[in-house]
Amino acid sequence: MYATQYVRPATLDDAVALLKTHPEARPLSGGMTLIPTLKQRLAAPSHLVDIWRLDELQGISASEAVLKIGAGARHAEVAHSPVVAQTVPALSHLAGQIADPQVRNRGTLGGSLANNDPAADYPAAVLALGATVHTSERSIAADDYFVGMFETALRPGELIVAVEFPIAHSAGYLKYRHPASGYAMAGVFIACSGSDVRVAITGAGPGVFRWKEAEARLRDDFSVGALRNLHLDCAGMQGDPHASPRYRANLAEVLTRRLVAQMTPGAEGGAPTTRGGGPA
Amino acid sequence: MNIELHINGRTVRREVDDRILLAEFLRHHCGLTGTHVGCDTSQCGACTVKLDGAAVKSCTVLAAQASGGSVTTVEGLAQGNTLHPVQEAFVQCHGLQCGFCTPGMMMAVEHFLRSCPASLDDEAIHHALEGNICRCTGYVNIIAAVRRAAAAMYPREWGHFAALAGEGA
Repeated sequence: MYATQYVRPATLDDAVALLKTHPEARPLSGGMTLIPTLKQRLAAPSHLVDIWRLDELQGISASEAVLKIGAGARHAEVAHSPVVAQTVPALSHLAGQIADPQVRNRGTLGGSLANNDPAADYPAAVLALGATVHTSERSIAADDYFVGMFETALRPGELIVAVEFPIAHSAGYLKYRHPASGYAMAGVFIACSGSDVRVAITGAGPGVFRWKEAEARLRDDFSVGALRNLHLDCAGMQGDPHASPRYRANLAEVLTRRLVAQMTPGAEGGAPTTRGGGPA
Repeated sequence: MNIELHINGRTVRREVDDRILLAEFLRHHCGLTGTHVGCDTSQCGACTVKLDGAAVKSCTVLAAQASGGSVTTVEGLAQGNTLHPVQEAFVQCHGLQCGFCTPGMMMAVEHFLRSCPASLDDEAIHHALEGNICRCTGYVNIIAAVRRAAAAMYPREWGHFAALAGEGA
C-alpha cells in the first residue's frame, strides 16, 4: 500500500469539504473493496476520508410506500433488519447472500453502489425497484445512476447519503454465486409494482442492466411460459476464464425463469424472497 | 498517527503509520500472534477478530479505522484458565489439523453463536463459516465443534447435540 493520510471527519459536511479540497482523496467506508485495491497498489489516494461512523449515513426506516436505508448500513444490518424483512424481504435475502459474514459486517450499501462492481448484488435491487439514490448534492433516479463498469453518475466529492426503495408489491432475487468469491456470475432481481414489472440483471454484463424484453412479456403475462424463446444477446455479456458471454447470457435467462416460477402464485414451495405473488 | 484501541480488555495507545493493517498491528505491535495472516486478500478468514462486537477480517481493516474501538482476538476468548466454550469444543472434537486456520475459525464460530442460532443444520453452519477456509479441509470436525459449542452455550435449545457432536470424529 502506498503511503496515505487517514482522516476521520466528524460530519458529512466536513467529509465533503475534505474530498473537495483534496482531489486525490478517496472516501473510505467499510473498505471491503478499497482496502484490497490499495494493498494491490491499484490506487494511491492522498487521503482516506473515513465516513464509516457518520451519523448522517445511518438508519433504516420505512413509511407506507418507501423503505429508506442509510448509505452506511452494513450488509449484515440490512440482512437482519426487521424493518427490511417486513417491507422488502427480497432485499434482506439479497444482503444475506453478499460475500461472507465477516465482509457483511463491514461492507455498506453506499460503498457497494459507489463502487458499482459489475457483479455486485445491490445494483440489481436498486435498478429493479426503481430506487432513488440521495447524495450530498442531489437525488438520482436508479435509471440514471448506473453508467457502466465501475462507473456511476456520482461526481467527485459527492457522497451517497441514503437510498429510498419504493415498497414493491412483490420482489425477488436469485443469483448464481461464483463458488470462490461469492460474487454473482449472474443475478436477477424482479420487482412488481401495480401492473409494472422491472427485471434487472447483474453479473452478466459490463454493468447492471434492465432486461426490457423480459419486462414487456412479463407485464402482459407474469409466467414462465411468457419467456419462452426469449434470449439475451450474448454480444454484450462479459467473458472471463470462469464463464463465457454465451454461458452468462444463458445463466441469466435460466435464473430469470426460475425466479418467475418462484414468484408465481401457487408455485410449489413458494419463495422466501418474495412477498405476495406476481403483479397485482 | 496516534491510535487508541481496547484490545482484550486492555487499552493500547501507539503511534502508527496511517496505512498499517489491523492484523499487522495486532501481530507486530502488540505481539498478539494468535491472529494469523493466511491469504492477505480477505478470502481465508485466518485473521478474523472481533471489532466492536462484529467478526471482521483484520487484514482488510486499517488499524486507524479501528481506533477508538474494542478488539477481541483469539487470545481474549478464554477467561483466565477457563477456555471459551468454542475453544473447548474445538479441543474435544479435534476441530483442526495443522491449526493455522483455527484462531479465525473460532472467532467466526464465536460470532455465529453470539446469539442462539435458529438452525444448526449443515447449510446453516456452512453459511456461517463461508468466510473461513481450512486448507487441510478438516471441515467435518470443525462442523462437529460448532454443534458441540452450541450445545454447551445453549443447553436448552441445542443440548441434545452434546453427545452427538462429541462423537464428531
